[in-house]
Amino acid sequence: MSTFLQSRWGVLTGFAVGAVLLLVLAPTGLSVFNLALLGKFICFAIVAVGIGLAWGRGGMLTLGQGVFFGLGAYIMAMHLKLADAFLFGGSGVPDFMSLYGSGEVPGWWEPFRSPVVTLIAVVLVPGLVALVLGLAVFKRRVKGAYFAILSQALAAAFAVFLIGQQATTGGSNGLSGFRSFFGFDLKDPSNKLMLYSIAAVVLLLAVGTSRQLMNSRFGELLIAVRDQEERVRFLGYDPATIKTVAYVIAAVMAGIAGALFVPIVGIISPADVGVIPSIAFLIGVAIGGRATLLGPVLGALSVAIAQASLSSTFPSFWVYFQGLLFVLVIGFMPGGLASLPGLVSRLRRHRAEQHPTEQRKTEPAPPRPILAPESAPPATATEVPEEASR
Amino acid sequence: MELLIGQMFAGLSLGSVLLLAALGLSLTFGQMGVINMAHGEFMMAGAYTAFVVQRSISDAGVSLLVSIPLGFLVGGLLGLVLEAVLLRRMYHRPLDTLLVTFGVAIILQQAARDIFGAPSVDVRAPAWLQGNIELLGAPIPLTRLFILLLSLLCLAGLVLVLKATPLGRRIRAAVLNRDLAETSGISTRRTDQLTFFIGSGLAGVAGVAVTLIGSTGPYLGTNYIVDAFLVVVAGGVGQIKGAVIAAFALGVLQSVFEFSTTASIGKVLILVLIVGFLQLRPQGIFSLKTRSLT
Amino acid sequence: MTTPTLLPDGDPQAGGLRHGRPKYLEVRDLTVAFDGFVAVDKVNLSVTQGDLRFLIGPNGAGKTTIIDAITGLVPATGSVNHTGTEILGRKVHKIARLGVGRTFQTASVFENLSVLQNLDIAAGTRRKAKELLRRRKGMDPAVQEALEIIGLDKAADKQAGTLAHGQKQWLEIGMLLVQNSDVLLLDEPIAGMSQDERDETGQLLRRIAASRITLVIEHDMDFVREFATSVTVLAAGKVLSEGSVAQVQADKKVQDVYLGTAGMEGH
Repeated sequence: MSTFLQSRWGVLTGFAVGAVLLLVLAPTGLSVFNLALLGKFICFAIVAVGIGLAWGRGGMLTLGQGVFFGLGAYIMAMHLKLADAFLFGGSGVPDFMSLYGSGEVPGWWEPFRSPVVTLIAVVLVPGLVALVLGLAVFKRRVKGAYFAILSQALAAAFAVFLIGQQATTGGSNGLSGFRSFFGFDLKDPSNKLMLYSIAAVVLLLAVGTSRQLMNSRFGELLIAVRDQEERVRFLGYDPATIKTVAYVIAAVMAGIAGALFVPIVGIISPADVGVIPSIAFLIGVAIGGRATLLGPVLGALSVAIAQASLSSTFPSFWVYFQGLLFVLVIGFMPGGLASLPGLVSRLRRHRAEQHPTEQRKTEPAPPRPILAPESAPPATATEVPEEASR
Repeated sequence: MELLIGQMFAGLSLGSVLLLAALGLSLTFGQMGVINMAHGEFMMAGAYTAFVVQRSISDAGVSLLVSIPLGFLVGGLLGLVLEAVLLRRMYHRPLDTLLVTFGVAIILQQAARDIFGAPSVDVRAPAWLQGNIELLGAPIPLTRLFILLLSLLCLAGLVLVLKATPLGRRIRAAVLNRDLAETSGISTRRTDQLTFFIGSGLAGVAGVAVTLIGSTGPYLGTNYIVDAFLVVVAGGVGQIKGAVIAAFALGVLQSVFEFSTTASIGKVLILVLIVGFLQLRPQGIFSLKTRSLT
Repeated sequence: MTTPTLLPDGDPQAGGLRHGRPKYLEVRDLTVAFDGFVAVDKVNLSVTQGDLRFLIGPNGAGKTTIIDAITGLVPATGSVNHTGTEILGRKVHKIARLGVGRTFQTASVFENLSVLQNLDIAAGTRRKAKELLRRRKGMDPAVQEALEIIGLDKAADKQAGTLAHGQKQWLEIGMLLVQNSDVLLLDEPIAGMSQDERDETGQLLRRIAASRITLVIEHDMDFVREFATSVTVLAAGKVLSEGSVAQVQADKKVQDVYLGTAGMEGH
């Protein structure tokens, strides 16, 4: 369409370049430490792909992606803890439980001893939570700001819940100190490379999935719902179903990202899943261009890299910078960097119109509708409303 | 039993803080469609105002009485600046205002951290607020009683302004139908500024109030903002009556849940309750009766 | 390949089809009240397939409210029967799936999507999930035909937001066609149109109405006289008169109502 990032060739080129960069150049060029760092950023980028779909295309401002990220992460972390305890401890009870708890594994941990159950749960649990919440909220036409606030409250409650369960979730320390990943030693550099590669492939798959969805009829429908939810209803669709599908997909992506985050980073704690990290997921998406395919990924990666390089040396500067990014990008460039080419060309056209170098033939302006809506009492709303947020 | 009454009362005072915080949010959301995430930081600014005032006025009683109007002013002015610099351009993009003001919120938090340091500071309560009174055998801290009275006083003041002054009529008109208000010659510009000033000022007062029951840190606002928004959602946007009921209900429920289960499960239960409640009344306890579809 | 025929043979006529078992829309005792104000008061109305019915009346007569009630947008009491199926009380999207389609006073198309995409979405209510998740290939024959009928075949790839006002209304009518609605409820389709666009819209209505149940809200009496096959006059939430244009114009009650307001001619 209007910008390179959105064009077919742009996307394909970006996809190929991304694959080479991530799977060939990065592993050869980066140290083991930096590669793990990139792996962590890739996890954030996977979350961003989902947010791009739900927020950019679907108009659902989800401020609770940390919850789904956390569900995937904690499920994986529980499995790793149990597996470690079995492999190294003998007793089968994770170390921190003997420290803070009764020294017994609670019943709801037990299913995650099984690797298969864990892998299924990483996808299924976030998906189901999103499904139930999505249906409950969207079917009742709770939308716009209401949805945003509810999803944020969900993130807050989730973090508080985790912190409160010191004996079973590690409380505010979270879960850490993993030694093995499905039998592979996590200290071994080649296993670290494997983990990184899995994350990179998952990211590429997520982008591929998102692209297929955006270009499908479903993607067109999603835009229609975002722009004119009520109008879609009169065509015979239930917008709640369409929105829920996009929301669930975004949640599943976040859950998988969380599950990968745990072995790569080595820790998951409430600080990674609460209100603040949930909103922080959004800034990269906004910078890159929320409604584009690659914008969210590139934005999330850039923000994460910038944060890693700036926040350790200038911690307070980084916070100001992040705050300013939110203000400037969302306030003044809601389309993100992806909208820049469009902005520039519009500016140029604007200039050209102000200084016409040649006489151009202009089409007669379309007749402006002069609508006289009935103003007497029984006149009900005849316009299909804009995105409902009030 | 005494324990339960004490817990109920703790809930009422939590509810009164939430109410002070939510009143401003509800007004600005209802009137301008702005979702101000920095509202919690206006509270934080109010709390630090109380701290600064007490450094220059050593008498805790006098400093508290000075802090309350000053906190209102500080919060209100911050709100006014935010409205003038950023939000006035964004009234038609409510979701984006949420994210922009979140950026403002983290900037304010970091600023407080750089100015006052990361550790929390304490504000002394005046002598006449120390101690308890007995209510049905349960000891009720005077500070909490004071907060409850303060918030009821602010509420009465706000209702008076809304019902009895020309400004109040303009605000109510703008909440009901912004376009119509504008075409009827109401300067929504001035009304918006004043609404923002009053709403943010109330947050400042709330900030002064919470110094009586806890210590003050840069992240004080984050503890209240999510709950305050839940009050707005559950009470119905732009609805003072709804905000009052929802704030006290939320405060009491939270205290009672904490009492009977744990704090962490209490939070989750409250959220489930609110989502359940919105199934019955998606527009909150009270909703504006307008002819628009939403 | 079978090509769908969205265009019926022949013209609409007063009273609708005279042979076979025509479809119908029958409104009985329809009442809509807002906070005690009765906007629509026990309205009875029936339209048969093949009739091009116009709904006229002064401002505030409740015309749009009737359409809102039929399509499930506002709660109402009474009964609305579409060829044997009661539709009142169902959800908006279920009513649409039962073949009741409508347009809005302010044309409301999906501005960020192309004309083709708009029509494709309207045509797709019955698509399976698998089809939805695939990319759109080629053009649905019904969409192709609708594009030609509404005269937008050259503008298929244009963004709907860039269309002229009249074209947007035609696109909405096209969406109703591919949506496969038997009942077309059009709310002031020619408001704000130029004279040429009005004529074209009128011809378009004439062409599509013979096989459908069509109810058009309109203010412009010239337009009504030219294209209506039958007319229902509404005032203060009640049906005042019904019949051919000539009949209702001769009706004393109608004259009274219009003389009291804007005047029937000059609106």
